[in-house]
Amino acid sequence: MAIISIDGTAKQIVLTVQDYSLFAWRALLNLFRPPIYVVDFVVQSDIIGFGSIPIVVLSGFFTGGVLALQSANTLANFGATAITGQFVALTMFRELGPVLTGVMVSGRNASSMASELGSMVVTEQIDAMRALGVDPLRKLVTPRIFACITMLFFLTILADFMGILGGAFVTVFMNHQDGTQYFSMAWNSLRYSDIIQGLVKPLFSGYIIASIGCFYGLRTTGGTQGVGRATIDAVVWASVFIIVADFFVTRIMLFFFVR
Amino acid sequence: MSNLPQPAHPASRASLADEPVLAFEHVSIAFDGPPVLSDVSFKVAPGETRILLGPAGVGKSVLLKLANGLLHPDAGSIRLFGNEIATMPEEQLFPMRTRIGMVFQEGALFDSLAVRDNVAYQLIQERVADEEIDQRVHEALSFVGLDETFSLFPSSLSGGMRRRVAIARAFIHHPDLLLYDSPTGGLDPVTSTTIIELIVKERDVHRTPSLLVTHRIQDAFTLCTHHFDKEQNAMVPFPKGVTDAGTSFLMLDEGRLIFDGSLRQLVESDNPFVREFLE
Repeated sequence: MAIISIDGTAKQIVLTVQDYSLFAWRALLNLFRPPIYVVDFVVQSDIIGFGSIPIVVLSGFFTGGVLALQSANTLANFGATAITGQFVALTMFRELGPVLTGVMVSGRNASSMASELGSMVVTEQIDAMRALGVDPLRKLVTPRIFACITMLFFLTILADFMGILGGAFVTVFMNHQDGTQYFSMAWNSLRYSDIIQGLVKPLFSGYIIASIGCFYGLRTTGGTQGVGRATIDAVVWASVFIIVADFFVTRIMLFFFVR
Repeated sequence: MSNLPQPAHPASRASLADEPVLAFEHVSIAFDGPPVLSDVSFKVAPGETRILLGPAGVGKSVLLKLANGLLHPDAGSIRLFGNEIATMPEEQLFPMRTRIGMVFQEGALFDSLAVRDNVAYQLIQERVADEEIDQRVHEALSFVGLDETFSLFPSSLSGGMRRRVAIARAFIHHPDLLLYDSPTGGLDPVTSTTIIELIVKERDVHRTPSLLVTHRIQDAFTLCTHHFDKEQNAMVPFPKGVTDAGTSFLMLDEGRLIFDGSLRQLVESDNPFVREFLE
């Protein structure tokens, strides 16, 4: 009995991976093929991009602040508090900015995509769309992916900027250090490779968030309870894959851009 | 004999001999269990209305989704407008579906769009001019008697009104085939009659071939024994014993097609399940 159960679960996992791979591939191809639903792209950009600004501003600012708090303590042991700006800037631009923004936007938007599309599935709106001759993948998924990639790119820049400001706030007002020195160290430490590395990651994260959110939404079964399950799965797997993708992208980027 | 229903306009039978609009041949489908449909074969001829009867859960809605390629069968052949769709890829099915009007069980209106945009959904995708869209939406809504709902959202409509808007959405494109999935399910008798009247009106005005799924025998009989009178602008009964020649019945039981014939053959059937269902 247990073996049958393991066998069934393994098959289910393989099937899900296969379905997602096919779905993600078709969604990726649709990014470059007409028809492009411009209005839907603008609407989704507004929901994903502008709607996420408050959480990105707050999380970016306080992440930069906490980095400054933590690093200042450790760096003081080596008499190196002057490089707090460098530490905050590099950490924000290369890692925490893109990853944290990805996870925050995933929590907000992968869930909303999964629940919205899941509700459309259980009320037969997706079938109705297909019956009217419209491809839900092109009409619903592609604009969301395109909007998520574009907006996450700019949200990451915003998070990086807010992180540096948060670090500056802590450095100047709590650690009573020189602000000019903080900004100078932050500015001078950044290389183009750091910025490129930090801005390539949201392209992957944006694709992961929207494709996983839409994938789980469109395969919802089991009524409203199923919508809840799809929402949870979407957020969990999108967050996990953002971190996994971050690891691999970092490894590849370090291969190309050695400091 | 004289009390048995006779088809009206027997000459119109001749037109039904053309190539079928929809043809199922030995179609079977299953979902993780026993077959939902097994070896189902029937045809819908041009101008014909076929009423699919059966209790809840026998696979009626599945059959309707197979008819426009929303589901693919495990075995058998489905020919739609002369094309085999059982194995047709989704991309090729989209243009074919624009020739079909489908009314879903609960209406399946897009809740984020106003009634105007719901009814005009297909026209908007085809980038028809706004003025023409407005005019055609008004016509379609007038047909179902809901012109005043033009700018409302589905959430502010009653169940019956939503169903009528869904019918307007299916009619607006003047489809070559209409599929109705329990259009009167869950509605009160008065609203059900309104919906049936709309279906009879569409059938008699445009003679669009259609496949209607229902478990309500009274609705099925009304469809067969009434016609739309253009002068009175209302549904009126045929003379006693006369039925619509282009309307016939199918019946499903546990995924198998157990009856295919006219109203007369249905009421004369000695199949125990048919008898039990009718009684």
